[in-house]
Amino acid sequence: MGRKRKDAWLAEPAAGNGILSRRIFLERALIAGAAGVGAGTSVASAEPLAVPRWSKEPGGNFTAYGQPSHYEDKVARTWAAPNNPATPGIGSSRTPHHLLDGTITPSGLHYERSHAGVPDIDPEQHRLLIHGLVRQPLVFSLEDLSRYPRVSRIAFLECAGNSGALYTAQAQPLNVQAIHGLLSCSDWTGVKLSTLLDEAGIDARAKWVLAEGADAAGMSRSFPLAKALDDALVCLYQNGERVRPANGYPLRLLLPGFEGNMNVKWLRRLKLTDAPIMTKDETSKYTILLKEDKAWQFVFPIEVKSIITRPSPGLTLKGPGFYEISGLAWSGNGRIRQVEVSADGGQSFAPAALQEPILPKALTRFRAAWQWNGGPAVLQSRATDDTGMVQPSRAQFVAERGLRGNYHYNAVASWKIDQAGEASNVFA
Amino acid sequence: MCLLERLGVGAALLAVALATATAAMAADNRQFGKPVTPADIAAWDISIGPDGTGLPPGKGTVAQGETVYAAKCQACHGEKGAGGPNDRLVGGAGTIAPDKAPVKTVGSYWPYATTLFDYVRRAMPWDRPKSLSDEEVYAVAAYVLYLNGVIGADALLDAQSLPKVKMPNREGFTAFPRWPPK
Repeated sequence: MGRKRKDAWLAEPAAGNGILSRRIFLERALIAGAAGVGAGTSVASAEPLAVPRWSKEPGGNFTAYGQPSHYEDKVARTWAAPNNPATPGIGSSRTPHHLLDGTITPSGLHYERSHAGVPDIDPEQHRLLIHGLVRQPLVFSLEDLSRYPRVSRIAFLECAGNSGALYTAQAQPLNVQAIHGLLSCSDWTGVKLSTLLDEAGIDARAKWVLAEGADAAGMSRSFPLAKALDDALVCLYQNGERVRPANGYPLRLLLPGFEGNMNVKWLRRLKLTDAPIMTKDETSKYTILLKEDKAWQFVFPIEVKSIITRPSPGLTLKGPGFYEISGLAWSGNGRIRQVEVSADGGQSFAPAALQEPILPKALTRFRAAWQWNGGPAVLQSRATDDTGMVQPSRAQFVAERGLRGNYHYNAVASWKIDQAGEASNVFA
Repeated sequence: MCLLERLGVGAALLAVALATATAAMAADNRQFGKPVTPADIAAWDISIGPDGTGLPPGKGTVAQGETVYAAKCQACHGEKGAGGPNDRLVGGAGTIAPDKAPVKTVGSYWPYATTLFDYVRRAMPWDRPKSLSDEEVYAVAAYVLYLNGVIGADALLDAQSLPKVKMPNREGFTAFPRWPPK
């Protein structure tokens, strides 16, 4: 009596408006903690247990290629109707992050971006050409490429236009999929690009590489040779199976950490040059128009960023009490060092727990414990990477570049929770 | 005779030994790319540098381009390069200025005229990409640049003149300050 409970800290908020210590996830104390902070919440008894139909009859047979449960058919990519129905393959579809967990995106839910549809490429006829400033131009079939030693790495891809809906003066009523769904993460397997370039023999004058797709648009981008020699891969496999058509079958370039557009899909050609080609997608698009009349060009890495996936719009909170705040953090410049979470619109933050493994240039899952008191709240997350770069507030972000940029929006994002438990996109 | 026979046997043995060594070297070869000649690359080598590197022979005029545009571009890009439904190609002059709502078109935003040739030839028209002749691409590029007031009505574009076209927003770009990383 009167003796302070040893785990009393569990009930102590770590930041304002009910953010609890992340230690709740690290020690065997969630129940005790929840009991402590949940005092006064009534718990209804469960229904009597019946034996269901599927426990009393045999189930279905084997399938050649498995699909998710039909009960999960709402877990799907979404896309906006094209401006012109006559050109349907221009645009993108988005990953439903509010309905997923973990860090690997199922291949069928990886975001898609194409400029002239998804080509139907016969792998027998596909070729990769390496030429330009090389000693010997070379052509590779897929069979040739399959002879080389392979490497695997987990890497995110994020379209430079992801979160572009936040480049507005007024917050739009959109959910995490519509705003942040041009983001996915896969286990990629392929051949080091440096191996292939060494075989062709790199001319000392070469500084850039043009990568080009075999799609109808012939999508092409220039990237620094240094990146090719650092960690670039030509990928044959995604999450253990051949790269999906929408993600570049049968061969795609992976430039870990660089904006999605540069990771050229349906890769057919690499040309070494002494200067960038200045393609359509590195001049008229994927350049960031600043407040002044200049635009940043060649903005390669995705800078440190995080989003809260749960709670988020459409996932209504069922009354006051304990909730896990969960989200994703990533940086194209390295590993995530820290994610902080706020429930009071950024007035106070507390560190979230980071799920291992924390890999460079890959998605990292974070979790925070929150005791919702039923009142209004504004949830935010703020990531820091291992270069020391901190995700900017919206005010800092807008002060640096204005709202004309279209691309690489990485400011702290906010979900407002109202008293009904509904989440909505706000600027805070 | 005997010596000759011996020499013959020796040569045969040497040939076998050489063949074996060659096969072993081939088996140890970890290079699987196949050499290709510049002539065999030509159909794929379609990128055009800002200095005009890669531009093909041929030429086109604004008047020829107007005909090509009406037949193959206007359905998606609208009359005179504006009005959609797809990307606007013409107009927006002055909207890149500070605090204006930007209307990014070939005339207001694109820094290099060579990009227009490169992109139209590889990707347009959307439903029949790579179907235009080089003359048609020069011509339609000339027409779009003319509509933007970048070149005159009597201009002719070819491999020499296209890279010399000065785009209004040529100086509108600057390097990203955080690349390369420190």
